[in-house]
Amino acid sequence: MNSVSSPVTIFTGAIAVYFLFITFPRQLTSPRAALAILGLGLAFFGIGLTDGHFRKIVTTPDNVPIVGMLFVFGYFTWFAMRKAVANDIRMEKGEPTVEKLETDEKVLVFPYLIFIEFVIALVYAVGLVLWSIFLKAPLEEPANPTVSPNPSKAPWYFLGLQEMLVYFDPWIAGVLLPTLIILGLCAIPYLDRDPSTSGFYSFKGRKAVISVYLFGFWILWILLIIVGTFLRGPNWNFFGPFEVWDVHKVVPLVNVNLSDLIFIKGLSRGLPKQWFIREAPGILLVLFYLAVPPAILAKTVFKEAYKKLGAARYGFLVMLLLLMCALPIKMYLRWAFNLKYLVAIPEFFFNI
Amino acid sequence: MPEPEKKPRLDLGKFITESQLYKSMFRHGYSTSDRDRALSVMTNVFFHLHPVKVRKSGARFGFTWCAGGLSFFVFLTLVVSGILLMFYYRPTVEYAYNDIVALREHVPFGIMRELHRWGAHAMIITVWLHMFRVFMTGSYKPPREFNWVIGVILLVLTMLLSFTGYLLPWDQLAMWAITVGSNMARATPFLGHEGPGAALLSIGDIPLVHSGSDVRFALLGGRFVGAGALLRFYILHCVAIPTAAVVLMSVHFWRIRKDGGISGPL
Repeated sequence: MNSVSSPVTIFTGAIAVYFLFITFPRQLTSPRAALAILGLGLAFFGIGLTDGHFRKIVTTPDNVPIVGMLFVFGYFTWFAMRKAVANDIRMEKGEPTVEKLETDEKVLVFPYLIFIEFVIALVYAVGLVLWSIFLKAPLEEPANPTVSPNPSKAPWYFLGLQEMLVYFDPWIAGVLLPTLIILGLCAIPYLDRDPSTSGFYSFKGRKAVISVYLFGFWILWILLIIVGTFLRGPNWNFFGPFEVWDVHKVVPLVNVNLSDLIFIKGLSRGLPKQWFIREAPGILLVLFYLAVPPAILAKTVFKEAYKKLGAARYGFLVMLLLLMCALPIKMYLRWAFNLKYLVAIPEFFFNI
Repeated sequence: MPEPEKKPRLDLGKFITESQLYKSMFRHGYSTSDRDRALSVMTNVFFHLHPVKVRKSGARFGFTWCAGGLSFFVFLTLVVSGILLMFYYRPTVEYAYNDIVALREHVPFGIMRELHRWGAHAMIITVWLHMFRVFMTGSYKPPREFNWVIGVILLVLTMLLSFTGYLLPWDQLAMWAITVGSNMARATPFLGHEGPGAALLSIGDIPLVHSGSDVRFALLGGRFVGAGALLRFYILHCVAIPTAAVVLMSVHFWRIRKDGGISGPL
């Protein structure tokens, strides 16, 4: 298990599962498939808990919510998709959706809705009290600015961002990408405006939108949080789920910049002195990535979308998508070529 | 023989429900007529957040997962437990850690800190879940676009609330988590002293953006996580962000109704 787990295998495996899920939602949302997945998950945790190291990481008080969250989100992703598929099948047969059947009917808030809310609040309150009785809040040594723990980790909900620091500099991973996530989320209703798929679960009519969202949420956010929390040990080195966190683990630093690859390896000469010549290939590549695909896509795959959205909205959408894809692209470039930076201008703290 | 006159038995329930005191508090009894059920929503300031009637599809747990309502409830429990914690906690470097230890060691039935900490984690999860549900039902579409935007801001505020609270126990976990998190601000383009473009902002040889004037300094009230940061995070956590969140929540709830209630198919 430790030997096969690495960022590459975990990431690639998760992407494979993701594609299976959005390609065969009808098969994978059957109760039988769900039980199988749940069984696998529980078995993994059950067997894992017999391992001392795994148990220590997973039962660290602040990590317990993450484990709970995985099961909650796993269940509700399945649940939403199952309802969506059921509605899709109904619409194919020409029947109204489940929600449509009841949408014109009104019920009194008291007692019907208040009752549901009351029960949920009660269940949550009881659950929280039990959780608080059985799991103590962590309290470590008093704060000491001279002793930094290794690894130092941000709170768990920011660990996806901290994990991105492996692949990008802080100004991208810590500032630019979070800003883009917030902006991108805010922009969703202004890019996907078709009201005919509003107010009920469905997948077929919103395949592209839901797929992008699930990819961003599960792969680029939740998965990175899992890797950052459970699989990154001292010096932010990668450790398998059952591997002891060895402070002295030695990992060779072999990452090289694109300019090194081109001028030293490719042309067998030294790096040019001026940064704008040295980094010209990288800058051109990044500009090419941001300029050419939007133009080509507008003429081909996204032709309909371009017509529907208009130039400004389309440009914004494609830019967001490209920047979102930049993260996995950079990750795979790192794993394939040990690439550190596409553009490296330390003179201005400007590295991409 | 005339039957002895029956003494009316004291009906305690009736006695209470017909007293002036009770009637002044509860305007309506538990009645099952539609009119009275509607009144019990309209005449109750808390229930009044809801309309009198909702779409049947929208009242289903399977549709909303109750995630938004639950997020609000979790927020309320955090306000209550947070206020209780404030009685015991002083946000200074000398006292903060010891107050937390005292809270654990000396306060009877001391799970208030646990309720607050686990509640904070739970709120992050319920807010993400609420966003997930709203997305999967396409409920952000016109006319609800702007309410989605407010929701995204509330999501960010939720995470900032949790982040600022993370520092307050003033232990190693807290201090270094905030150090790692706030180090990002150093790299803000133009506004952080290690960010790209910051070097351009200078007058002659004098840099305008340095470690004593950048955005991280503004956040921490110092060059590192110290007494200034503790006080700032305390105020942000207990006063500033909750106030902003409450204002935005009011708008969020109000707009749900103005935009046509819980969404349903056309």
